[in-house]
Amino acid sequence: MTAKISYSDVEVGTELPAQSFPVDRATLVRYAGASGDFNPIHWNEKFAKEVGLPDVIAHGMFTMAEAIRVVTDWTGDPGAVVEYGVRFTKPVVVPNDDKGALIEVSAKVAAKLDDNTVRVDLTAISAGQKVLGMSRAVVRLA
Amino acid sequence: MALDQSFVGRTYPPTEPYEVGREKIREFAEAVGDANPAYTDTEAAKALGHPDVIAPPTFVFSVTFRAAGQVIADPQLGLDYSRVVHGDQKFAYSRPVRAGDRLSVTSTIEAIKSMAGNDILDIRGEVHDEAGEHVVTTWIKLVARAAEEA
Repeated sequence: MTAKISYSDVEVGTELPAQSFPVDRATLVRYAGASGDFNPIHWNEKFAKEVGLPDVIAHGMFTMAEAIRVVTDWTGDPGAVVEYGVRFTKPVVVPNDDKGALIEVSAKVAAKLDDNTVRVDLTAISAGQKVLGMSRAVVRLA
Repeated sequence: MALDQSFVGRTYPPTEPYEVGREKIREFAEAVGDANPAYTDTEAAKALGHPDVIAPPTFVFSVTFRAAGQVIADPQLGLDYSRVVHGDQKFAYSRPVRAGDRLSVTSTIEAIKSMAGNDILDIRGEVHDEAGEHVVTTWIKLVARAAEEA
């Protein structure tokens, strides 16, 4: 594993480059196929509304996959991720229009740990609401 | 109806191996829009010290979730899956998943809680490769929402 960021170059509070990830209905259909999660709440508006959702929602695991890209793009080596956990607090609602939804992810170093690892705390926001809670990754730096 | 606490600690038999295909990794990386060459280019992965292309960190979820199906569908446990939402998800890696891995998952019910009528089920999945080496442990927290008042 060869992360391109050096442990000695980061401090508690160091911010990782933030990123925004657009998601529309086509994104969700594609993710359903790639992940094997064909739950209709992620592609069928009628079904989603029948079970009490405001509209089709993104797969929680899709949001989780996007959020960690802020970390893996920073380290260069995705294999540097030692731990990664999230809580799904709010759904990402994906309307069937020409815009879809946006997931905005920011992250900063929250702690320096042993063995050149750091804990990164992530924030993921869509439509002004936090969609992930307790979102943390431990990554091994160079 | 609250789930039976006596299921805590129950471990299910290891699953038949899931073989990680490089085109499945590519499909997943493209679906999340991630162009990191470590997922698709063997030479780029090797330059990072990996023997072959690796999978994005959350790729293995679909493997462990399928394995958790043993728990979810266990008629003795009696979870009402139509009311289930994904609460938390966590991964702890010994190494990244990579193309060619044949992964077996052993699922264990780690905790059962009841809060405000919701059933909360924690399932741990231990993922090992064909050589028996640990690859990753996953924790899936499922919340079965309370049935609505009649």
